[in-house]
Amino acid sequence: MRARFKRVRNPEAVPLSSVGELSFELFRGEILEEVGNGRRIASLFGLPDERRGDVVLVVVLADDADGRLLVGRCRLAEDDYPSLTPLCPEAHLFEREMAEQLGIRPKGHPWLKPVRFHRSWRKGRDAWGRADTEPIVPGVTNFFRVEGEEVHEVAVGPVHAGVIEPGHFRFQCHGEEVFHLEISLGYQHRGIEAALVGGPGKRTIPWMETLAGDTTIGHTAAYCQALESLAGARPSPRAEALRGVALELERLANHTGDLGALAGDVGYLPTMSFCGRIRGDFLNMTAFLCGNRFGRGLVRPGGTGFDLDAEGVNQLRNRLQTARDDVRGAVELLFATSTVVARFEGAGIVTEKDAREIGLVGPAARASGVDRDVRRDHPAGIYRDVAWQLATAETGDVQGRAMVRWTEIQQSIAFILERLATLPAGPVRAAVGALAPGSLAVSMTEGWRGEICHVGITGPDGRFARYKVTDPSFHNWFGLALALREGQISDFPLCNKSFNLSYCGHDL
Amino acid sequence: MLETVLHLVVVLTVPPLLLGVIGRTKAAFAGRTGAPVLQPWYDLLRLFRKEMVLSTTTTWVFLVGPVLAVVAPLAASLLVPFGGSRAPVSFSGDLVLFAYLFALSRFFTAAAALDTGSAFEGMGAAREVSFACLAEPALFFGLLVLGRISGTLSLSSMLSAPWTTGWITAGASLVLVVAGWFVVLLAENSRIPFDDPNTHLELTMIHEVMVLDHSGPALGLILYGSSLKLFVLGTLLIRTVVPCGASSPLVNWVAFLSGMFLLAVVVGVVESVIARLRMIRIPQLLVTACLLSAFGMILLIR
Repeated sequence: MRARFKRVRNPEAVPLSSVGELSFELFRGEILEEVGNGRRIASLFGLPDERRGDVVLVVVLADDADGRLLVGRCRLAEDDYPSLTPLCPEAHLFEREMAEQLGIRPKGHPWLKPVRFHRSWRKGRDAWGRADTEPIVPGVTNFFRVEGEEVHEVAVGPVHAGVIEPGHFRFQCHGEEVFHLEISLGYQHRGIEAALVGGPGKRTIPWMETLAGDTTIGHTAAYCQALESLAGARPSPRAEALRGVALELERLANHTGDLGALAGDVGYLPTMSFCGRIRGDFLNMTAFLCGNRFGRGLVRPGGTGFDLDAEGVNQLRNRLQTARDDVRGAVELLFATSTVVARFEGAGIVTEKDAREIGLVGPAARASGVDRDVRRDHPAGIYRDVAWQLATAETGDVQGRAMVRWTEIQQSIAFILERLATLPAGPVRAAVGALAPGSLAVSMTEGWRGEICHVGITGPDGRFARYKVTDPSFHNWFGLALALREGQISDFPLCNKSFNLSYCGHDL
Repeated sequence: MLETVLHLVVVLTVPPLLLGVIGRTKAAFAGRTGAPVLQPWYDLLRLFRKEMVLSTTTTWVFLVGPVLAVVAPLAASLLVPFGGSRAPVSFSGDLVLFAYLFALSRFFTAAAALDTGSAFEGMGAAREVSFACLAEPALFFGLLVLGRISGTLSLSSMLSAPWTTGWITAGASLVLVVAGWFVVLLAENSRIPFDDPNTHLELTMIHEVMVLDHSGPALGLILYGSSLKLFVLGTLLIRTVVPCGASSPLVNWVAFLSGMFLLAVVVGVVESVIARLRMIRIPQLLVTACLLSAFGMILLIR
């Protein structure tokens, strides 16, 4: 039994010194072995050591079966290192990200391209050898090309016909069939991770609430959990229950909106219109909790910023029961319409093997038969007291992703009603002291898109030396590219909607 | 003379209202009130007041598309009778001109799309012309059935035939033709289940993607032209289904116009209760429409 990686729970803070600094060879070998044994990469990132001029790499592996997180650390003496990706495909985007941020080069990476198109954090170290004066423009890079007389290339975005976030999609097509789709993002890059160094400060919470605007609760809860464990604080049971309610309301609003949008994409109007309205009802319930439809201001370090009185509990319950009946009517109509199901079935298939290999998370993974869910596998807060029955599908197609969402809607409503019936008494906010210096905390929540992983590392002064955010979209964008292979180009909008990934959550 | 004037007034003013009725029907199914029936006209007037943006890569072909999108259906409308007994223009064999006026308009719309050099528009043009190839036989088989029933090759007499003798002597054939034509009507006018006129998703569009680069008055012409096309092709169906042979012209015109608006409601209902087809399934439905019309023909020559 080797124990080179530190085993922690979610969300647990440990002294950085307890995470042994391995040599890169050991570190790499360990990751490959653990991933081979069914663990998966939840986060992989580096932080520059300015004093020594080199880079420290940190990995967080999730052991879903055992409910533990494995944290490993190593020092990279040289900028070149043998890439993990050829043996462990789920590392591919993490390695590209590290190359861009730190100017380190994974040798043998099959597709080493910038992710967000920004300058390296270490001055003068660029993985592609670009000079400091050379302009860096998002999307200006090499793209994969299929050659041949009958092959044509279709480029979509970054400016789209609808009001959506910018992203560039390049299809290699043979007639209507897609050979390959390459997705190039980075247009929304704000430099949040770099700005978080030296925090927490006054701006940290607003940043967390807008990492991905539609996942305010998910990201803020993950951040607050990390902060609380670093400070040794624990929110009250009432605050934890309210956070759970808010997180599930967020899931309800987004899943309902997604089912409506899926209906709209196949031109099925009734469900599109009804779900659009019911999504608003769920958002208004969040606004009822805290005055903001997206839940800004609700989750705060030490608990929640707002409480709910007995009258409020009653009102929320009534609203939820009405919405439950409405959403059932709208969604059952959707799945009872054979032309809709004919359109959903078999579109955008991701096989279970692919889903595991690239490390999909969230509803997209569960729709491919990969049962992973932070709420069950790594429960924190209120979820420690609840047994989750995961919603999964075997098909991995649009229908599977829609069905998983529908099951989760029903589960979330039941969960909230139960929490409201058994809301513990007590205060909603506890004091959070100074952060422990030289520590590391891993915090995960199951946002509506999937696993959100935050890792906070404090320096000797008790401030963030590095704060790493991994949005579920970061894992899942490549899944969308795979879903389109050998599919119809006209099915792309439908597949895209069935994943509904975040651009700014990816670009940070 | 009065009838011809009425014919022209109707064809110039009524078509956009059909789109308004379709929109209202869809809104009702979605639990909304919907835009006014006159909304398509407001949209057109707004577009005609706008400036036009022309890409420097385009040539004169880019503007011929929109012009023919109006002129061709307008010319075709003169060959079919509305409420009256005869069309303003009629000669033996005019059905061929009728069908190929639409083909001409399609050719230039596709050419205008290719003129922009955009990958989307090329894709849309390829889709449009391949699906049109499959819709055309369905239209022609239906016209042949009517031609055989009436014993003429002029649309005016052909479209009066169903209610003089047709439904009694060849009812089964006519039912098949009407079914086939209804499918053609939906396909040719880029309605659900073939295309979604409301989508903003370039990759799934057929007709709309070809006109993405048109703006202002040019876009207005295209939208107006597509409502004309719906009206004129709808006329074939309505004249077959609704009797317009009464002695009073007023009754005929009321019957015809109510039939047209009813058709718009039916199209709206169809769009509300079914989803779009997957693109690779579209040819199958169009071939079905061809077969329906063809069987109508076979029943007749048996």
